Amino acid sequence: MIVQPSDIEKTTAWKNVVLPPITDLHKIDIYRANGGYEGLKKALAMKPEEVIDEVKKSGLRGRGGACFPTGLKWSFMPRTSSKPKYLCVNGDESEPGTFKDRQIFEYNPHLLIEGTLIACYAMGMTAAYIYIRGEYNKWIRILQQALDDAYAAGYAGANIAGSGFSANIYIHRGAGAYICGEESALMNSIEGQRGYPRIKPPFPAQAGLWGCPTTINNVETIANVSVIIKNGSKWYSEIGTSKHPGPMLVGVSGNVNNPGVFEMPTGEPLLDIIYKWAGGIPGNKAVKAVIPGGSSTMILRGERLEGVRMDADSLKAAGSSVGTAGMIVMDEDADLIRVLTRIAKFYYHESCGQCTPCREGTVWMFKIMKRFEQNLAVAEDVDLLMDIAGNIEGNTICALGDAAAWPVQSMIRLFRDEFEKRTRKVTASAIPLV
Amino acid sequence: MLNDVNTAKVNELRNRYPTAQALVLPVLWIVQEQEGYISEDSMKYVAALLGLPFGHILGVVTFYTMLHSKPTGKHHIEICTNVSCMLRGSGKILEHLEKKLALKPGEVSADMRWSLEEAECLGSCGTAPMIAIGDEYYENLTIAKIDALIDTIAKSTDD
Repeated sequence: MIVQPSDIEKTTAWKNVVLPPITDLHKIDIYRANGGYEGLKKALAMKPEEVIDEVKKSGLRGRGGACFPTGLKWSFMPRTSSKPKYLCVNGDESEPGTFKDRQIFEYNPHLLIEGTLIACYAMGMTAAYIYIRGEYNKWIRILQQALDDAYAAGYAGANIAGSGFSANIYIHRGAGAYICGEESALMNSIEGQRGYPRIKPPFPAQAGLWGCPTTINNVETIANVSVIIKNGSKWYSEIGTSKHPGPMLVGVSGNVNNPGVFEMPTGEPLLDIIYKWAGGIPGNKAVKAVIPGGSSTMILRGERLEGVRMDADSLKAAGSSVGTAGMIVMDEDADLIRVLTRIAKFYYHESCGQCTPCREGTVWMFKIMKRFEQNLAVAEDVDLLMDIAGNIEGNTICALGDAAAWPVQSMIRLFRDEFEKRTRKVTASAIPLV
Repeated sequence: MLNDVNTAKVNELRNRYPTAQALVLPVLWIVQEQEGYISEDSMKYVAALLGLPFGHILGVVTFYTMLHSKPTGKHHIEICTNVSCMLRGSGKILEHLEKKLALKPGEVSADMRWSLEEAECLGSCGTAPMIAIGDEYYENLTIAKIDALIDTIAKSTDD
């Protein structure tokens, strides 16, 4: 079914709160003039456990991919600790199709700083490390400027806003490794090691950065914390769907007329996102497939998008997940074999090499996909891919293995004919080995 | 090896972390910015500076794709070829760049002015296709824009 943009009502009552359209909001004076740092002041007048409770009641779920309830994660932190406690803010943003945290760094960096300080206060931390991918150096400079301004205004550092509470925020620059977006690899990277994920348990709340209790939250998650404390958990919990509420930054890329990051309440129909927000498909072509939340999430068939919404439950029921809400749209002419070959190459390149199933399996899958791309594959290769993917899934330390397996499995399940079209009409045994 | 300004930067950084090892990435960035790349001698210097084995530093440098153990061109071009860029024509941009610069991904020009590298998703999906030259992103590219950009850089270079 092809839905025309004109078929869908274009107006929306939604007004952005994470990325409001205010000129020069990255400047501290403009941010303050628009209610900035009011949430921090409000939090500092509350008891830390009340702040955690407020985040719990809001229903906020992590925006980094796993949709884990943020308040619950915060409550795992020990109330008292003989060791220091740390916050890591994950701005590694390397999931293909994801470009949302970059907008926060650029347009509303103080919202992130404010949320970071609120989180530190709630969990009793005196230091936070904001980990940003190395390629985002331009955005690191923007955030550093905002941070310097926040320090100068007394919102960060010692005795914040006269409250007696002190916390420092440091930016830690990555150096080009997708795996460092995985929370335990991120901690190893801050510690000055190769970005190898750690075996859990222990979980970060028990033993994280330098063996100390640590919480890791995504940039967008932390930005939402400022909004929650400022406006209240009740107000927040009523935005979007009740089980996965709040504003969400949805990135749309690929074959659409108007790609970009759009802030919207959760639960927006995917078809509306494509046709209303992103302006439909060039040349009014049909949608062949959609990857809803970054390349690790399972692919969906274009003609089965009716009723599917951008929230955890709806996408789970549709056989995929929200991930980072970075939607990649492919039109009827897209070559899905090429798409999957490129995705397979990505995971092969980014596998850290610790676990054999992932280190070996990702390169095998890439090589087999190359055969499909060059029309050299045989019929048995489809099952071989499924076999390899099945042997990676669930058998690795971290989720990169699953992330490499899922696109292959979902693509074969939903588009098996695309693979079969590209096979040679001979059996594997008929092909000379050398 | 580090100049005075950068030595002061490193000393300031020590206040941010409870261990010297945590300074590995920030110090390697400073070295790369000063020297252009991280030579084996630089790695030994960093190892001594932070009291770590040379092997640890080598391990870190070779793990992260943005840390270069060999010199790159003065203008290091990274082109994203991941899915979102691919769907919007990064293949044609790469082909054109290869011809224009007479370089394949992974190569450095003989005069050391240009190097070309294929990159994984750089977070520019809504403004695809794109390239990065050093820290700067160039987005919504067309063949004409690429031509203009490369020609401008080629002319404006003062070396």
